[in-house]
Amino acid sequence: MTAAPSSAIPPHSDHLRLSLSGITKRFPGVLANDQVSFSVRPGEIHALLGENGAGKSTLVKMIYGIQQPDAGEIRWNGAPLVIANPKAARKLGIGMVFQHFSLFEAMTVLENIALGMDASIPARDLEAKILAVMAQYGLKLEPHRIVSTLSVGERQRIEIVRALLLNPNLLIMDEPTSVLTPQEVDQLFVVLRQLASEGCSILYISHKLHEIKALCDTATILRGGKLVATCNPAVETSRSMAEMMIGGSLKDIQRGAGRQMGAAKFVVQDLCLPKDGPFGTALKNISFSVRAGEIFGIAGVAGNGQNPLLLALSGEAVTSAPAITLDGVHIGATSAKTRRLSGLASVPEERNGHAAVPEFTLSENTLLTARDRLGMVSNGMINAQAAKTYAGEVISAFAVKATGPAAFAESLSGGNLQKFIMGREILQKPAVLVVSQPTWGVDAGAASAIHQALVDLAATGSAIVVISQDLDELLSLCDTLAVINEGRLSAPMPVAGANIEEIGLLMGGVHGDATPSALPQESAHAH
Amino acid sequence: MRIKLERRPTPSRMMLIVTPIASVLATMLIGMLVFDLMGIDGARAVKDIFLSPLLLSYKWQDVALKAAPLIIIALGLAVGNRAQVWNIGAEGQYVVGALAAAGVGIAAGTAGGFFIVLAMVLTGVVFGALYALIPAILKTRWNVNEILSSLMLTYISLQILSYLVGGPWKDPNGRNFPATAPLTDSQSLPLLFTGSTVHLGVVIALIMPFVFWLMMSRSVFGYQVRVVGSAPQAARHGGFDAKQTIWIAMLIGGGMAGLAGALEFTGASHAINLGFPSGYGFTAIIVAFLGRLNPIGCLIAGIVLAVTYVGGQVAQTTVHIPNATAGIFQAMMLFFILGSEILVRYRPRIVTTAKPAVAGE
Amino acid sequence: MTPEFIVLVITGIVGLTTPILLAGLGELVVEKSGVLNLGVEGMMLMGALAGFGVTVMTFNPWLGLISAACAGAVLALLFGVMVLSLNSNQVATGLALTIFGIGVSSLIGSKMFQGRITPVFGSVFPNSLAKDPILQVFFGYSPIVYFALIMVPLVAWFLKSTRAGLILRAVGENDHSAHSIGYSVIGVRYAAIAFGGAMAGIGGAYFTMVITPMWSNELTAGRGWLALSLVVFAGWRTWRLLAGAFFFGILMSLELYAKGAGFSFVPSQFWAAMPFLMTVVALTFISSRGNVGASAPACLGKPFLP
Repeated sequence: MTAAPSSAIPPHSDHLRLSLSGITKRFPGVLANDQVSFSVRPGEIHALLGENGAGKSTLVKMIYGIQQPDAGEIRWNGAPLVIANPKAARKLGIGMVFQHFSLFEAMTVLENIALGMDASIPARDLEAKILAVMAQYGLKLEPHRIVSTLSVGERQRIEIVRALLLNPNLLIMDEPTSVLTPQEVDQLFVVLRQLASEGCSILYISHKLHEIKALCDTATILRGGKLVATCNPAVETSRSMAEMMIGGSLKDIQRGAGRQMGAAKFVVQDLCLPKDGPFGTALKNISFSVRAGEIFGIAGVAGNGQNPLLLALSGEAVTSAPAITLDGVHIGATSAKTRRLSGLASVPEERNGHAAVPEFTLSENTLLTARDRLGMVSNGMINAQAAKTYAGEVISAFAVKATGPAAFAESLSGGNLQKFIMGREILQKPAVLVVSQPTWGVDAGAASAIHQALVDLAATGSAIVVISQDLDELLSLCDTLAVINEGRLSAPMPVAGANIEEIGLLMGGVHGDATPSALPQESAHAH
Repeated sequence: MRIKLERRPTPSRMMLIVTPIASVLATMLIGMLVFDLMGIDGARAVKDIFLSPLLLSYKWQDVALKAAPLIIIALGLAVGNRAQVWNIGAEGQYVVGALAAAGVGIAAGTAGGFFIVLAMVLTGVVFGALYALIPAILKTRWNVNEILSSLMLTYISLQILSYLVGGPWKDPNGRNFPATAPLTDSQSLPLLFTGSTVHLGVVIALIMPFVFWLMMSRSVFGYQVRVVGSAPQAARHGGFDAKQTIWIAMLIGGGMAGLAGALEFTGASHAINLGFPSGYGFTAIIVAFLGRLNPIGCLIAGIVLAVTYVGGQVAQTTVHIPNATAGIFQAMMLFFILGSEILVRYRPRIVTTAKPAVAGE
Repeated sequence: MTPEFIVLVITGIVGLTTPILLAGLGELVVEKSGVLNLGVEGMMLMGALAGFGVTVMTFNPWLGLISAACAGAVLALLFGVMVLSLNSNQVATGLALTIFGIGVSSLIGSKMFQGRITPVFGSVFPNSLAKDPILQVFFGYSPIVYFALIMVPLVAWFLKSTRAGLILRAVGENDHSAHSIGYSVIGVRYAAIAFGGAMAGIGGAYFTMVITPMWSNELTAGRGWLALSLVVFAGWRTWRLLAGAFFFGILMSLELYAKGAGFSFVPSQFWAAMPFLMTVVALTFISSRGNVGASAPACLGKPFLP
């Protein structure tokens, strides 16, 4: 995997396929891109590296014509131009595979691909073309399947085929591996290298350093909307690139030495939950146990049952009584409200509209989960003052940047809202805290503050469950780790002696040889 | 040069108040122009419709009588709309409430007095609520669209009314006219002043907005309704039951419409004939939106809409425009208020862009 | 029961079916693009008014028909501006459109056309066919009826087999994806809304140009709402919409024949309420089967902001 990328057309410096100079894009309150300049040669795999929120997505949206820069110049094959819309981009030969697929669930693979084509091609001809492209790059897809029945990897393949049918000169891949198993990542890299060797430029957006070292010829690093450096990942170390990306070393998580774990506090035994709707994932016999003071991590690729698991644990979905035990009491059949009163707090992955109501003030948002536990309600009426006071406490204890308790939740940045939500739960001193993706889309500073708060809460004897797709986060934060795949949870393992390869295999399913021939069977489970 | 909408960091409280007022003013202006184009004295028509009911003191009680049912129904509908429950069958619940009150009155025979009137009104509330419960059950149990079901039930209620007043409940002394027998004074809602037509229902319509304001802004239930409407998933996270919320919101909407129907019957019309359903249930939807779903807003908007009703009648005699005109004004107001809502969350900004050559076009 | 009577019943049912079929087809396309326009009743009334008014003034029913389509489309575009460009709530705006349509059609209709009568927009076939007691079941209808019946396969073909139909469905299925691919979500929806308005307008014109060639206020009497229910009833499928329209047509015709068929002990109001009652029952039956959610366009009624 670390073999140097080969290019049939050697990248030569006198010809630039794409060059950006001084690109600036401003949104209300944010400078998303500030004077960004770099260029891409034919056949080059060029990484765009940066943390969440560094401005990578905005930058490629401008290259693909979805947004227009406020200032700066885009040159294509040396000529300056405006890319008015994605159609214009495609006409130039720019293809894009989005992080969040732009697919139509209720339609077939063929219809989805047809929608991505600018010219109207008879369905039969298109199908023949698709089969030809798939054969050329070793991709497998059944054109008449309905997208909603496909696995995530297969869905990405639709996007890739759709882009390849345009014979792109530049292919933009936005965080393509965040939803893939390690084996699927390897397959993807084979395709990308083949494309580059045929002269196609690839703009590869990622924050995963090892992938960039393995795949890319050049890396442009963004931080806070600014270009920090353009470097050769082959000569840089992961550490040096990480430092450029993050900008200064992060505070390590402080743990009290020799932490004592108590008795099993939170026990989940044979938790099952039928799937919620045709596209959901069923939970199958999930069992684990968390001791007082322990942080228990659940790793896994997105869409393997993390969301239903959080709902089942928080009480938003009700299961059988003995499935969940808190301090010896069966709470599996109780409501979210009762569970919260008995000391179980939770933070779902989605901040806007799930953990918080965007158009409510912070004060009103404390009522959502803290009203009963902190006595903000009497005789059915709300004590607004108590809510306001508590919101103020959360804001100051967690250094939330907001104008005050009367600030609307939607006016906060993602990281600040997440700190507020975490604070709202943690300051209630829950006996058990279940959190999903605690630092998703959060800047590095806020992430380390949230991690520290979780560690501190554990130190007070609470049991904590962290569900995350960020393996690095789990490895640095948790005492014990298990992997969720297709609604099943692996046996827990202590983080101290964890084998990364084994975790990777678990994330891709225990029988994890996701060779192309095995894929149709794998996706058949989705029915 | 074009106009670009820029999202405000927080909703503008000023726009929340300014836009409804501007909507009323814009409606008056457009109305004036359109009438002039139609060859009607526009200024006169608009003055008659919007101002004469306020300027002529003898029209005030008419305004009060029209505003009362609009306010009461709108309060209930606003609760539902906050929870994203679209009960547009308030007209039917209003009719059923009035019919139920009439049923109690007929059963009571010649008996009257406080308890009979109270029983009539309360029965109206209960039946209005029960009639709204049908779409609520259909929605929560079988996922039936409540917009369509509540509206279908309105058409059905009109046929029930037609059957009852033309058949079993027809006034035997009514020269075969399809109407119920008029209520005696002891069966009617008390009047506020002797010699006026303003009844107790008007007082109820003035008090209820404050009760609803307290409920929506200070009670856990009001909070629950707002969370369910704004973010259903967050409501579930907060331990609120969405189905229960839909039920209660529909019951409140139906109960208030039933209350309005019973008050109208016992206080104003005293008999039910085929003309009893006068569209209050539909106009109240406009009232709710014009009042921005805020109970105090509904109070003000109810009065504004009542003014257009009364003013429409004035204009009918002065500039000879048909009664339907009031409906046009009401709809225009609703258009303006809905169209300007975007200004609460977005700021319009004029941008000028000089563009170099556009690729691929 | 004579064959002539059966023919009479069938032509009666076709007459009741046509307006809701037209309006329903239009609304189907609108909803497939992800927009819920509750203003069908208002657009039908405007079509009824324009069709009638232009026919009265020009004595040309074809011009009347075109005007009806235009009037419906214009009112629909007002709705479009509101919900697409100003991002207003679709449910409330649709209601406003209905109230507006009722008001405007009543104002203009009663002020300008009260008491005027137009010739019925009758069959284009020679009288030997159109007035034949039996053959009129095929040839005795207004061109509007044949137009409605032709539009069924056309709409079905458009949605299923054309690229434009594919794009329209895509926009209704996932507006953000369609936008990110580069389709104009707003543009597609404007077109769909205008089409829906035109169809509703023609459906409304059927009342004033064929059923009763004179003006009376609110003569559509809730058929716009039946057309909306019809789309749900049909599960957003074109051919089922045709079947549903005839089912509703049969229900509506019951009121006419129930008395004669020996049901005089049942009050006539029962039969008048029947279509609405059966709509509730039918909606419940269809919705409870659970596949409605799957076939409804995923973005139906949701506002789109790029």
